[in-house]
Amino acid sequence: MISRFLVTIRPLLRNRAVVIGMIILTTVVLAAILAPLITPYAPNKLSIVNKLLPPSAGHWFGTDEFGRDILSRAIYAGRISLLVSLGVVILSTILGVILGVAAGFFPRLDTPISRLLDAMMSFPDILLAIALVAALGPSLVTVIIALGITYAPRLARIVRGSTLVLREMPYIEAAVTLGLPTRQLLLRHVLLNLASPILVQATFVFASAMLAEASLSFLGVGVSTDMPTWGTMLASGREYMNNAPWLMLFPGLAIVFSVLSLQLLGDGLRDLVDPRLTKER
Amino acid sequence: MNDVQNQPILAVENLTTSFHTRDGWKPVIRDISFHIDAGETLAIVGESGSGKSVTALSTMRLLPRDKSRIEGRILLEGRDLLKISEAEMRAVRGGDIGMIFQEPMTSLNPVFTIGNQLAEALVLHRSMSWREAEAEALRLMERVRIPAAKDRLHEYPHKFSGGMRQRVMIAMALACRPKLLIADEPTTALDVTIQAEILLLIRELQKEENMAVLFITHDMGVVAEVADRTLVVFRGDMVESGETGRIFANPTQPYTKALLASIPRLGSMGDARGPRRFPEVDLTTGIASEGLEMVRTSPETKPVVSVSNLSIRFDLPHGRIHAVENVSFQLHPGETLALVGESGCGKSTTGRAIMRLQKPTKGNIFIGDKDIADISGQELRRLRRSAQMIFQDPFASLNPRIKIGDAIKEPMLSHRLMSRSEAKDRVATLLSQVGLSPDMAERFPHEFSGGQRQRISIARALALSPQVIVADEAVSALDVSVKAQVSNLLLDLQAEHDLAYLFISHDMSVVERISHRVAVMYFGEIVEIGPRAAIFDNPQHPYTQRLIAAVPIPDPSRRAIMQPADSPEIRSPVRPMDYVHPTRQYREVSPGHMVQLDDHVGAA
Repeated sequence: MISRFLVTIRPLLRNRAVVIGMIILTTVVLAAILAPLITPYAPNKLSIVNKLLPPSAGHWFGTDEFGRDILSRAIYAGRISLLVSLGVVILSTILGVILGVAAGFFPRLDTPISRLLDAMMSFPDILLAIALVAALGPSLVTVIIALGITYAPRLARIVRGSTLVLREMPYIEAAVTLGLPTRQLLLRHVLLNLASPILVQATFVFASAMLAEASLSFLGVGVSTDMPTWGTMLASGREYMNNAPWLMLFPGLAIVFSVLSLQLLGDGLRDLVDPRLTKER
Repeated sequence: MNDVQNQPILAVENLTTSFHTRDGWKPVIRDISFHIDAGETLAIVGESGSGKSVTALSTMRLLPRDKSRIEGRILLEGRDLLKISEAEMRAVRGGDIGMIFQEPMTSLNPVFTIGNQLAEALVLHRSMSWREAEAEALRLMERVRIPAAKDRLHEYPHKFSGGMRQRVMIAMALACRPKLLIADEPTTALDVTIQAEILLLIRELQKEENMAVLFITHDMGVVAEVADRTLVVFRGDMVESGETGRIFANPTQPYTKALLASIPRLGSMGDARGPRRFPEVDLTTGIASEGLEMVRTSPETKPVVSVSNLSIRFDLPHGRIHAVENVSFQLHPGETLALVGESGCGKSTTGRAIMRLQKPTKGNIFIGDKDIADISGQELRRLRRSAQMIFQDPFASLNPRIKIGDAIKEPMLSHRLMSRSEAKDRVATLLSQVGLSPDMAERFPHEFSGGQRQRISIARALALSPQVIVADEAVSALDVSVKAQVSNLLLDLQAEHDLAYLFISHDMSVVERISHRVAVMYFGEIVEIGPRAAIFDNPQHPYTQRLIAAVPIPDPSRRAIMQPADSPEIRSPVRPMDYVHPTRQYREVSPGHMVQLDDHVGAA
């Protein structure tokens, strides 16, 4: 099983960009999971005497205006970011696939769904998300719902386009003439062949969601918990930017590297999920 | 001076082209040598993967430089093309050597007018001004016999039919009066009657310009029509070369013999009444067994498919396409009815209607005693078991993500015909019935060749034990030898299961071989229908006559198609919304042989 897995991902490992992306992402995910074990300080531990310390051996990333350790806070913030982004990807994928397949496979539904998607995409992403959060009230769940709805059209469009192409493929027509029920046709034949574009697009949505969550937090309409997020860290660090740039630098770098790793991964995944590439072993 | 005249236009010596693969350099053609004189046509013939196109691309140096390596000498009038710079080579391409490709639909740029694209080559290679170039473009279009050239100069490619586009491509290739014309499968994508015109055109132009022509094709019929000399290639090696007449009359190599034996030839049926199997050819000895006639054992019974007054129309914003008009026929168990005609004649639409992939506008389609024209949902799903379809493109008709065993199993399980373990056994049986090994069930479609995939599609179609199989150009995309094998398989399965086939094809020589009856479609209508022998020996409708006359005959001593009749441009099937289709009368020529009484083809 493991050797089969290794064989499958070998072409992916040949791509250096993908390997770098995977290493960064794995680090971020592991750090988030193991946060209580690896952080040197509690994320919310105040220590006014140590406020605004530059990076040093005791505080690798320095401390903030309340003397909290920035490294510890950045690691804990990654938990919220990953959680929100994962939720957004799952929600927007489910919504996007349902809408996209429906629009692509059933001509009668195409116009209403496509116009709805157009309408949604005509709003700037972050504005739509802010409006939805404002309507639903800020919390972890509402941020996920708001961003999930915001990014659903991105997936829906890709899925619709691919479904339109697939619907005309002889093997889908063959499945129709074999008398397969529509449910099986969609789940087995259409969805299976959509896996690759969905996966690739989902990776990019993951990256966008991470960025959007940070933006919402920065603007003060994000996840309201007492836990830090990269966005809130940026927002509060802004006032000290001239004197203590590390307050913004490290959460900023965390965002950049996480998003970059996902983008690199997305490019490589596109090729992996295609079984034709495993032909020559 | 004399020396120069004796020099061949193109001499290729010991050409070896290798591609870079993961395992290092791998030669795809080995040690190919040939030459072409002025005014001469050399055909390179071979099946897919034989390296014939690579030979042409090597000559033009059109292969990607980092992935390919060309060795040997390619002498164009004594100048070695492998030694000159890329800039010099650009002047050779389109200047000294013109090239036409297989796919006329995609080789013209859709956003420029025809005149513009022609003129561009002239400005570039013959340093004309745009005004001069435009005048010359018009002259070229007249030379390739494009009607109303002056008006069409300013039209865009989408307004041109496939045959007309190929004429434009030829005009482009000729723009700089090349000494050598390379034609890579130039007529493969065209209908037979159009093919005949294009071949004639190339030959006439060759005579006028005293051009050398390198003709690449898989079609031995075309070779026999056009080539002075022929070079047979097989898996990258030169097998045999010589005068075309000699090669056809007296092939020395087993592969050439095999290739020649497996070509479907029009008029090779003798006095057989039923279909005849293709001869089985041993590739190593080239010895062919005689193709046996299939004897039909089942008595005439009730038809399994009965189509009456079928019409299919598509509404457009500005009119209506009458794709199928008033088509009626019956199909009996164990019988093959071939539906023939050119692209756009409605034959595929008719087949799709029988599969209910297309809802008919009017008419009835009885399968057994159920009219499927108007049912849907569960009832339709159940009825789908009795009719199955085999598609043209073996690379697109299998889901790339599903193992072939699962693909064959799926319909049996979905219709709850048997348990999983029974289905598994049946998959093994079906695979061996179509000549594949049962342990291939665990493989994915991309691990198979085109011919094998078509066998898998056939196995899948048989999974539900249908009574009717609609074969839409099922063997058209296959190489000659594979085509013969798959056709034989279809014949054997028919005999074994008493299957009825609706065999949709444009390939008259295959149709002649495997059908009991033939229906000729033209512009959405059946213009002639009858027993195979009656249609081929005594065609009554002018269109049928033209269709049969246009088929290239693989016999250089009988060059037949070089005098085509005045060919009407294909008329548009788009009609005004209020168009009422005329009622047609049919005349019975002999028992079961009906021909449409109408002057619309004769007058065209």
